[in-house]
Amino acid sequence: MSVPSPVILWGPLVPVLIVVGAAMVGILVEAFIRQSAMRRLVQTVLALAATGAAMIVAFLQWAVLKGDGARIAGNYLVSDRQSLAWQAILALFALMGMLLFSSRTQGEDAFTPLASVAPGSTEEALAAKRGFAQTEIFPLGLFAAAGMMLFTMVSDTIVLFVVLEILSLPLYLLVGLARRRRLMSQEAALKYFLMGAFASAIYLFGASLVFGYSAATSYAGIAASIAAGLDRQPMLLAGVALMLVGLLFKLGAVPFHAWTPDVYQGAPTPVTAFMAAATKAAAAAALARLLYLALFGLAWEIAPVLWTVAIATMLLGTVVAIVQTDVKRMLAYSSIAHAGFLLVALTSFRGDALAAVPFYMLAYGLATLGAFAVVSQVRERTPDGALGAEATRLGQWAGLGRRAPWLAAAMALFLLSFAGIPLTAGFIGKFVAFRAAIDAGAWPLVLVAVLASAAAAFFYVRLIVLMFLTPAPPEFDESVEVTNATGPWLVMLVAAAGTILLGVLPSPVLELAHQAAILVP
Amino acid sequence: MNPMNYVILATVLFSVGATAVLLRRNAIIAFMGIELMLNASNLLLVTFARVNGAIAGQVDAFAVLVVAAAEVVVGLAIIIALSRSRQNISLDEPSEMKG
Repeated sequence: MSVPSPVILWGPLVPVLIVVGAAMVGILVEAFIRQSAMRRLVQTVLALAATGAAMIVAFLQWAVLKGDGARIAGNYLVSDRQSLAWQAILALFALMGMLLFSSRTQGEDAFTPLASVAPGSTEEALAAKRGFAQTEIFPLGLFAAAGMMLFTMVSDTIVLFVVLEILSLPLYLLVGLARRRRLMSQEAALKYFLMGAFASAIYLFGASLVFGYSAATSYAGIAASIAAGLDRQPMLLAGVALMLVGLLFKLGAVPFHAWTPDVYQGAPTPVTAFMAAATKAAAAAALARLLYLALFGLAWEIAPVLWTVAIATMLLGTVVAIVQTDVKRMLAYSSIAHAGFLLVALTSFRGDALAAVPFYMLAYGLATLGAFAVVSQVRERTPDGALGAEATRLGQWAGLGRRAPWLAAAMALFLLSFAGIPLTAGFIGKFVAFRAAIDAGAWPLVLVAVLASAAAAFFYVRLIVLMFLTPAPPEFDESVEVTNATGPWLVMLVAAAGTILLGVLPSPVLELAHQAAILVP
Repeated sequence: MNPMNYVILATVLFSVGATAVLLRRNAIIAFMGIELMLNASNLLLVTFARVNGAIAGQVDAFAVLVVAAAEVVVGLAIIIALSRSRQNISLDEPSEMKG
């Protein structure tokens, strides 16, 4: 027996190759450039240029692509309009994420100067004093971004596992690198790692069982064997269920959501912003392709499961977010609720959902990156007057609208977009997602989704009221400080412009999204 | 020999691994449980490669081995960093985060 080696078309892989290449050059930069400030500059430029170039190339490939797309590496990878749309979205999120990574206030970024030493030790203080910087964050972020972009092209269950790890492993490390509250950050990294590795092991076992049933790991082969076999063997059903567990974990859906709040809270805020937007988008893309290409024949069996998960996710995310007192945790539970809204669209098993999901994730991701950029700007002041950790307790945000009107206005815009208020991108996103479900006759699900959205508006509006209508206690003048770093401002600007544009003039982008609603098997 | 025996063995190994992750409170032991789960999947892949006559399954097992090795590097790095700052790696330690 011999294994035929696949013929790889390198052209369609260029956006991913640019990002991977930049990450590898970044590792060499770590080795060869000694001077910390210089290294930092080179890494920043490299990361921003690579993600920007990847986004432009993805657009160009969309423009020159003839037909629907093609398989580009045997049965393992495909490049079609759906995956190109996702790649452009993910490259944009990565670009904005890298901008947040690179931002510094008073010469300090959000990351630890030396990850290998214990938090609070003299070694760490010394490293901070000598201006060390853990610039490996840029290559790590690029590796994760490349993995996410590849994740949207995969059409083979085992390759999906490998790429899932490529995107997850750098994120596990990035989560543990916060400069302040580092014990919490490391604890979040351990939790994320153990639960993430657990979920991907479960996914792999499921994929192996499905391989046993269908003798194929490619989506096309699995779909063919599901279509051919009339009986539903327990091995197939168990395998599919276990595979869904792995992907729903990455999406942060109930009951596999437990990691989300801890990781969002513990991770450095730039990392939270990047992974909240991009990981969820990549997971949604991969889940859509798996469901619609490989498992379409099982739609009747899978739909009830997705219904249950979607309802539980929306309700739990919304209800628990109401009682949160920490901004980052509140946004984490809000992201869980959004995973539920996304699943509402996916349960329809119709082409409309393939147009709705990328648009929804673009709207959600922009608002998320913007909101966390705002979070990174509201800081505590330590008693000796130095700038401290982020002020994430809700109470510390009281009266922010008076002290930093633009910042608070941007945050209000992102919150309204989360809530799905008309004239924001979030409204259009929810509208197209729910309509896809309505067209498939899933109105009970949409009813729950609309009720959950209404309830969720409560805690978004509460924060807006807190920022604009609640007077700040006088001691906050000293203890809470609003900083003005360039990177987060740029991210906020892009996110706010995108949120408004997509909300007011959505038709050009919706038109593109509809063109993207085709999957090449 | 009936190949179904290997499937049963793999399922038992997977369950033992999953139980270790869920019940053991030492981070290293929990991590070993995950490795056991991955290797149970490897056994399944190789078994089904034989049963189905699809050699791709054996190649896939190698891919999984490489991924598992990379995962060990990252996992142990995180566990060592945590053990340096907390002096223990129990998953039962009072948590910094609540809610």
